[in-house]
Amino acid sequence: MIDAAVIPEASASLERTRSRRLPVVSLSIIVVFVLVALLAPLISPADPYEQSLRLRYRPPVWEERGSWSYPLGTDRLGRDLLSRIFHGARVSLAAGVLTVLVASAVGAAIGLVAGYYGGRVDATLMRVTDATLSFPVILLALILAVTVGPSFTNVVIAIAVILWARYARVIRGQVLTLMQLDFIAQARIAGAGAWRVITRHLLPNTLNTLVVLVTLQIGYVIIVEASLSFLGAGIPPPTPAWGGMIAEGRDVVTSAWWVSFFPGLAILLVVLAFNLIGDWLRDTLDPRLRQL
Amino acid sequence: MLRFVFFRLLQSMIALAILSVVVFVLARATGDPLHMILPMNASAEDYANARQYLGLDRPYVEQYLSFVGRALVGDFGVSIRARRPVIELLQARLPNSLKLAAFAMGVSVALAFPLGIMAAVRKGTGVDRTAQIVSILGQSLPTFWVAIVLVEVVAGRWQWLPAGGNEGFTSYVLPGFTLGWFVVAGMMRLLRSGMLEVLDSEYVKLARLKGVVETRVVWVHALKNALIPVVTFAGIYFAILVTTAIVVETVFAWPGLGRLAYDGITSRDFPVIQAVVLTTAVIVALVNLCVDCLYAVIDPRIRYAR
Repeated sequence: MIDAAVIPEASASLERTRSRRLPVVSLSIIVVFVLVALLAPLISPADPYEQSLRLRYRPPVWEERGSWSYPLGTDRLGRDLLSRIFHGARVSLAAGVLTVLVASAVGAAIGLVAGYYGGRVDATLMRVTDATLSFPVILLALILAVTVGPSFTNVVIAIAVILWARYARVIRGQVLTLMQLDFIAQARIAGAGAWRVITRHLLPNTLNTLVVLVTLQIGYVIIVEASLSFLGAGIPPPTPAWGGMIAEGRDVVTSAWWVSFFPGLAILLVVLAFNLIGDWLRDTLDPRLRQL
Repeated sequence: MLRFVFFRLLQSMIALAILSVVVFVLARATGDPLHMILPMNASAEDYANARQYLGLDRPYVEQYLSFVGRALVGDFGVSIRARRPVIELLQARLPNSLKLAAFAMGVSVALAFPLGIMAAVRKGTGVDRTAQIVSILGQSLPTFWVAIVLVEVVAGRWQWLPAGGNEGFTSYVLPGFTLGWFVVAGMMRLLRSGMLEVLDSEYVKLARLKGVVETRVVWVHALKNALIPVVTFAGIYFAILVTTAIVVETVFAWPGLGRLAYDGITSRDFPVIQAVVLTTAVIVALVNLCVDCLYAVIDPRIRYAR
């Protein structure tokens, strides 16, 4: 596969005319969801696990039969949907952030090593990276999740096992360009070893790219985690996970639309916000990355 | 050029070989399939017999080698659950998946090209903003949620299109659109930024000075060069399409490879999992190979770099 990220952009300034306003709305959405996730046990109107068969499929408050005790209605087991969405925010955000952190750390390390040493090391590492990149993420994540059993940790590992390759490729491309520059040559002439050049000179110069990629991928990971939970290979019930909640509401979408609608809306809002912030960061920090 | 194709082919083969080992090991690790197929009251002897009958008692290396040897000639063994040759299942499902993928790709191109090009040509106008909204939503909406909402609203409430299955052209519309949207998002972004860059270049200015009609400048002179990054990413788009198809096929009850994989994983059907994953990987690898060769033809720099 050809590395588009290293093809230099002829006119990066073109995009610079675009507005650089801080994405206030997106940032607020993220802040709200992070607060909700942190404070979920305190602000939830009900226990997200408490079942009550008498209260099954209660509609949201503004519909007939709705009540303020269950603002967004209840699910098949009579559990409060709003409380479950609040607790689900913990799962989704934690999965997104953790997975991306693990993947970016591993991927960046491999990319730095491959780009610094070049030659055979580079060739070998990049073959592995290519093989990983060409593999459909959900398929392997599904196999891994079923292999090691569905659980939060395993979902994080399963997605990270594939996701690192993206970072490795982009960072390696950047390092190759950086290695041509004088300051790296000077550092090496001054006697800096591999560790020092990589950590002191190469890593800081790839940080902008890393930050942009991380932000753009948190949203993607949240969607993959939700897809896995939706397919039954993600976070196992009864833990509230947005993807799993959508799956629970799938068969009753005609009679109780709210069960799958609101978790989906939550995913949409969070992922949209992360993507918009990522776009803004990219335009601000690193316009060359426009293709990611 | 031949050299490039040869090394690129070799690289794909090595990747596939590594993958086959990984898949084999993982499929063996997903638990004992006998728990799924034998009755609850089966004795230890029954287990031993079944294990021998299915060849699960042989050494792993032997199992792997016989698996690869037979896979090369299209023999993927017998599905443990369906008790039919896996190749039959593949032959029945693969065309459906390919047709759906082709349809989705068609939808993506038909939407992404006009939108991406118009967004660049009329930068900052309503078209541009619409295109950006379509693209950012495509990347932010969970595919399976879109699928459910479409099934409920378009197929359920309005009864315009069938909700699932594979009967006639109309059944392609909903899954094809759901699948295509995600790809449209990325493709359109690439086209837009590529077009913006090219439209600003010297040779486009020259073409305009020469008096070439603006439509021709945009659709012939500029588009040709803006296409290069899109071609580069075509392989990645295809892999994304294949992946997303698993979820979409599950929601729309589409009888394709994705559904087969999902059913295979839930019932621990080793031969089916191996066959589906390897078939998918071979298809993705082939598409990537074609894309790279195509790219080398378009852009000589790639050919000589290796």
